Amino acid sequence: MSIDINTVRKVAKLARIRTTDADAEVLSGELNNILSMIEQLNEVKTDGVEPMTSVIEMNLPARADEVTDGDMPDKILSCAPEKAAGFFVVPKVVE
Amino acid sequence: MAHALLKGETGDWEMVIGLEVHAQILTKSKLFSGASAAFGAAPNTQVSPIDAGFPGMLPVINELCIEKAVRTGLGLNAKINLYSVFERKNYFYADLPQGYQISQYQHPIVGEGEIEIDLPDGTTKIIGIERLHVEQDAGKSLHDQHPSKSYVDLNRSGNPLMEIVSKPHMNSAEEAAAYVTKLRAIVRYLDTCDGNMDEGSMRCDVNVSVRKPGDALGTRCEIKNVNSVRFVQQAIEYEARRQIEVIEGGGTIKQETRLFDTKNGTTRAMRSKEDAHDYRYFPDPDLLPLKLEQSFVDDIRKTLPELPDAKKKRFIALGLSNYDASVLTAEKDRAAFYEKVANNNDAKLAANWVTTELAGALNKAGKELHDSPVSAEQLGGLLKLISDNTISGKIAKDVFADMFESGKDAAAIVAEKGLKQVTDTGAIEKIVDEVLAENPDKIAEYKSGKDKLFGFFVGQVLKKSGGKANPAIVNDLLKKKL
Amino acid sequence: MTNLTSLTIRQALDGLKKKDFTATELTEAHIKASEAARHLNCYITETFDHARKQAKESDARYASGRAGLLDGVPIAMKDLYCTEGIQTTAASKILEGFKPPYESTVSGNMFRDGAVMLGKANLDEFAMGSSNTTSAYGNVINPWRSEAEPDKQLVPGGSSGGSAAAVAARIAMGATGTDTGGSIRQPAAFCGITGIKPTYGRCSRFGIIAFASSLDQAGPFARTVEDCALLLQSMAGYDPKDSTSVDRPVPEYFKAVGQSVKGLKVGVPKEYRVEGANPEILALWDKGVAMMKDAGAEIVDVSLPHTKYALQTYYVIAPAECSSNLARYDGVRFGLRENTDNGNLNDMYEATRNAGFGKEVKRRILIGTYVLSAGYYDAYYNKARRVRKLIWQDFINAYQKCDVLLTPTAPTPAFAIGENTADPVTMYLNDIFTIPASMAGMPGMSLPVGLSADGLPLGLQLLGKPFEEETVFKAAGALEKAANFTALPQSLMDKAA
Ligand SMILES: [Mg+2]
Ligand SMILES: [Zn+2]
Repeated sequence: MSIDINTVRKVAKLARIRTTDADAEVLSGELNNILSMIEQLNEVKTDGVEPMTSVIEMNLPARADEVTDGDMPDKILSCAPEKAAGFFVVPKVVE
Repeated sequence: MAHALLKGETGDWEMVIGLEVHAQILTKSKLFSGASAAFGAAPNTQVSPIDAGFPGMLPVINELCIEKAVRTGLGLNAKINLYSVFERKNYFYADLPQGYQISQYQHPIVGEGEIEIDLPDGTTKIIGIERLHVEQDAGKSLHDQHPSKSYVDLNRSGNPLMEIVSKPHMNSAEEAAAYVTKLRAIVRYLDTCDGNMDEGSMRCDVNVSVRKPGDALGTRCEIKNVNSVRFVQQAIEYEARRQIEVIEGGGTIKQETRLFDTKNGTTRAMRSKEDAHDYRYFPDPDLLPLKLEQSFVDDIRKTLPELPDAKKKRFIALGLSNYDASVLTAEKDRAAFYEKVANNNDAKLAANWVTTELAGALNKAGKELHDSPVSAEQLGGLLKLISDNTISGKIAKDVFADMFESGKDAAAIVAEKGLKQVTDTGAIEKIVDEVLAENPDKIAEYKSGKDKLFGFFVGQVLKKSGGKANPAIVNDLLKKKL
Repeated sequence: MTNLTSLTIRQALDGLKKKDFTATELTEAHIKASEAARHLNCYITETFDHARKQAKESDARYASGRAGLLDGVPIAMKDLYCTEGIQTTAASKILEGFKPPYESTVSGNMFRDGAVMLGKANLDEFAMGSSNTTSAYGNVINPWRSEAEPDKQLVPGGSSGGSAAAVAARIAMGATGTDTGGSIRQPAAFCGITGIKPTYGRCSRFGIIAFASSLDQAGPFARTVEDCALLLQSMAGYDPKDSTSVDRPVPEYFKAVGQSVKGLKVGVPKEYRVEGANPEILALWDKGVAMMKDAGAEIVDVSLPHTKYALQTYYVIAPAECSSNLARYDGVRFGLRENTDNGNLNDMYEATRNAGFGKEVKRRILIGTYVLSAGYYDAYYNKARRVRKLIWQDFINAYQKCDVLLTPTAPTPAFAIGENTADPVTMYLNDIFTIPASMAGMPGMSLPVGLSADGLPLGLQLLGKPFEEETVFKAAGALEKAANFTALPQSLMDKAA
């Protein structure tokens, strides 16, 4: 499999990264190099091997249902590039 | 109930409906953070850095959410999966702070199950459940605060949800409505979701397609976030009609996400969802797989309450009509109220009083059952006075009206107003004699064959007794003397 | 007092306890050294005033006899650790000016124990790199220089390059790093110091900006094995705020340093003897094996057959996780926002992320997005997760035969800034020796064992069983003693001259 310029554009759109045609051209070459390295994995026999999610062999830890966090709107909004009336503000979304 | 078919220009059409219901798990705190999950707070006050997707923040699961998801699964007669995995569903949206929603995909906590729905004509139908998975809610975007901006409130971000996915087993708007109603009753009985649709604690995504009976499934459209049972019905009816018109007009249905407009009862395509999605699900590396012990599930099973269907069957066995049993078990609170009223009283009598007299009075007063001026115990007390012949059914209605007004106990009102039924045959006989003496002409008419006049005599006697004479004794005496 | 910066942490703690000098004096000495070494660009944010305040508090604790494990020790904090109220950038433009309203658990642990923070250390952007050349705040310069080409500026390694260079340049006594595929061990080797990546789950990831969550692990740098042990003891521990944190007691690691390695089984994995390997590196490895043998260890040959696929596995899994982890940098709640003319949300996202992320970060996000996307998931992502399991199994098998593994840390000594940049894959090869243990979550330590012909430090790596950091420290202590590495970076000798 290889990544052509259109694929780069499609993937960049999914990842929300603006990409010019020139960028896409360069990226296509670089990503293909990386991909051809990755494809050496096909040499490995993995039949019957369970995909590994975590190296930790323990159960998912859980917490009690208590309110221990939140109630800090000033802190939560302190880093926002744009805010108003206690809300984060973004360019208008049309649904 | 036979399939409700829609008539089109080219013949009959069948609707195929499946529902995805998002039910907020009833907890104090969020699914993966310790911020409050309560409804209605000021914007961004119930947000921790975890819910806002700040750098380096990590999720830790709320154990009550796991327990309640299992509990709900058991209530849906579903398979509980002892191994489930939280995955990330990746997409960008203003109110999705992490850029992904933590959800379950390949391995949900609950698998297939089924529930029985009650239809208006008194029949029932089994609807399959595909799965139930646990996931985070997103925040809320407000689009009407500013001409060119949207405002984002993350209070809801990270709230715990159960997404309950039905099989496409429904074929009419009524069935879908009955499904949502039953699901809401079940989660309320289980205490796993408050079911408040107007606060968004339960929201429905409705998948609708149409086909000619016997044909393969048509292309479906998903109507997002419909938040009342009535709207579910309206949205389905509109959408099915729309699809039939499109197809009959020579068009094809595009698989898309649509919005329901509550103002005019129509649906329209959602613009922001036009992009083809590729959610790139993968197991969340911040969370390990969730492994449950069978004993954990068994222990929860032991604490399950009697659910609406079981309760309904029991009520019917007590002599209630299918209709009354359905009405009484549809809401957990109503069923509990009824059971208190019926305690040591006749089941049918209690059902009648709860479903007609009390319901009527509440309705007239614009009140809900939970703020009824007459408590279940008080109503039970009134029924006891009827059963032991202290008062007649007719007097009981007056007493009830007084109780509803004053909040007093039935016995107190009866004593106060001297409404105790007269069962002394001698006393009643005296009144009967008086009435007969006063109406010789009517007696003659009666004797010449006008049987209907018997009722006149009964009425006169009761009236003269101030309604307190026992009607059975009055009947007996009149029959004897006429 | 000029010699205060050449003390080890252990020596400094002893001196503070004996009141030979104060924490304030120790901190001032390091601030002065830091100012003199600004050309190395070790810090993105200097926090000298903060350090002075902490040192003063430390002195008060010494005066009242309540000093903690690291009290008064000046350190550098990798700028991937969120520090409350102090700019935290991950070396990215997208987080410029970001002041977290919370503290990472590990930095919090160190402050609890009295550590003094001199600054937020430079790194590769979002920890993605092996040379500290992807930082939006400029390269870090390795304090070491090649004897053959003394005018060439060398990379410190990466991603924790600022941390490693600061410790090597004696402007900090220790430093924190993070290691996802070698980001502690490789810069430690390039800078001639020690560094350990503990077992995955040993240090909390809470408050550390995520690169690849299933691999990221915090760890320390220092100039001696014992100092690393002291730092790790403070950093490590169970944290209920991290669901992958393991609830085990933290041993007093320093007690393992100096213990005899008699009978310790040291495994030598044959697959690390790669074709075309740098002969100097191989010679150093042989030397290290001989040193361990002389110290009483038993050398065993072992095999890690899937080693050659670790790099490929890594470059699927790490980008996949990073593509998702970095989705939160969207210009809405913190960090950079690029506004666009038409005021559309998606345009804002695309412009912000294009302007905010550097080239290497974008490459990895795109690769990660690609391998997770519909149609490729099984071929790449699931395949890599299966191979990862095999790599992990290799280690488990090898540890049936030995207690620790000894390998080179990096395939070459430090290289010049600008080298290895023509093709990303060439740069990625730097991590071939460190990545396998990352994939398997095993603890690994690098320590300097010798010099190249050009006078550059070379490191060896000791890998241990899960949660057996003590065995790693014990082995490292023995190797450190035998290697007796005393060379100093040339930049320090220049100054001395
Ligand atoms: Mg859905
Ligand atoms: Zn959902």
